[in-house]
Amino acid sequence: MAERKTHVQTTINNEPIDFLCEPRQSLLECLRDVIGLTGTKEGCNDGNCGACTVNMDGRVVTSCLVLGVEAEGASIETIEGVADGSNLHPLQVSFLENAALQCGICTPGFIISAKALLEQNSDPSEHEIRFWLANNLCRCTGYDKIVRAVQDAAKKMQTA
Amino acid sequence: MKWIDFEKPNTIDEAIKLLVDSNGLAKPLAGGTDLIVQLRVGDPRVNASQVIDVKGIPELNELSYSPESGLTIGAAVELYKIYNDDNVKKYYPAIIDSASLIGGTQIQGRASLGGNLCNAAPSGDGIPNLIAHGAIVTLAGPNGTRKAKVEDICIGPRKTSIDSDELLLSINLPINPSGFGASYLRFIPRNEMDIAVAAAGVSVTIESGKFTNARISLASVAPTPIFVKEAGDSLVGKAVSPEAIQEAAILAKNAASPISDMRGTAEYRKHLCEVLTQRALDIAINRAQEN
Repeated sequence: MAERKTHVQTTINNEPIDFLCEPRQSLLECLRDVIGLTGTKEGCNDGNCGACTVNMDGRVVTSCLVLGVEAEGASIETIEGVADGSNLHPLQVSFLENAALQCGICTPGFIISAKALLEQNSDPSEHEIRFWLANNLCRCTGYDKIVRAVQDAAKKMQTA
Repeated sequence: MKWIDFEKPNTIDEAIKLLVDSNGLAKPLAGGTDLIVQLRVGDPRVNASQVIDVKGIPELNELSYSPESGLTIGAAVELYKIYNDDNVKKYYPAIIDSASLIGGTQIQGRASLGGNLCNAAPSGDGIPNLIAHGAIVTLAGPNGTRKAKVEDICIGPRKTSIDSDELLLSINLPINPSGFGASYLRFIPRNEMDIAVAAAGVSVTIESGKFTNARISLASVAPTPIFVKEAGDSLVGKAVSPEAIQEAAILAKNAASPISDMRGTAEYRKHLCEVLTQRALDIAINRAQEN
């Protein structure tokens, strides 16, 4: 069969997006290299580190383990869609205020994962936060600051 | 990754035709959490020039329970749907033991028990529990459908008895009798997100204080997850007692043929088989007594 690109119609951060990709390209590659949304990071590229986490149809997934062609008809949220214009999301504010990042490579994945958690559980326990975020690795912070930032954001969002 | 073609059929017949036409060079894609990695690294055991996304086929997305036919889990049903399902929680709580510890949140949003079975890893966390429940799979092929026991699917590391032109449709767990309990335990050196050093999935049925049925399965201690029939059978007819449990656990240990690697030595893994079988039986017995 001739090697040709596939036309994919999808929705990213509430905007309809069309793109062309090779079936072997991951959603991560499509986001970064085809569409130009480089906020989503590549870490391990085999599903372990969670740096490339995006929300796809309401579930967090590692975009390195999704083919770009699977995005057809899907609704995807990336880190670029989390802030409301120049107003940061409470999670982003809490990550800054709690120094929950150093190098920052893991941060977009953590924010997307934590946002999905808080959307289904507005008051998670520390245990629930740690288990939910177990698929997101951070080699800088030691996680405590990240957990505190998520707890802090949960409080902010409850009183908002 | 080398070039692959992508197809997304909407029916079983279309999928089977694609599998047949590919002459063994197509792989069904469900969650992709194993397959996409294998294609990317060029795993020689996965020789595919085409992936067939089977998530558009309704039968593979079925998750249903009936008091006549038990629990049907479509081959592509994601893990999070399985462990959040009310019928699974009520009638098959042990399935949550395994479905909720494969990977982390992101993996559980994509991965399926069907995919876990077809991937046939020696450490496949989803598999011992299915064997312990006596689960039966339905496969479709060019000559129609056939059924097979889960313990007959994995025949070697990453090798299954599923032909290259066959498609796993669903996994059926029979109705559990009263007095049934099951559990799955694995040992990993951390709290989550790891591959088992050893694991045991067990089920028991207890009537009037005696075992009337028991099934014991192990993972990570042989080339495939194994069904240790003699270990479960040793319990049948006996009163529930620590001695009977230990005897079954020793039979399970004796059936294990682990390798030594960075996760543990063969000797350690054999020891774990006994301990995990004992503890998994204790949990299953507690659940049975609540049933």
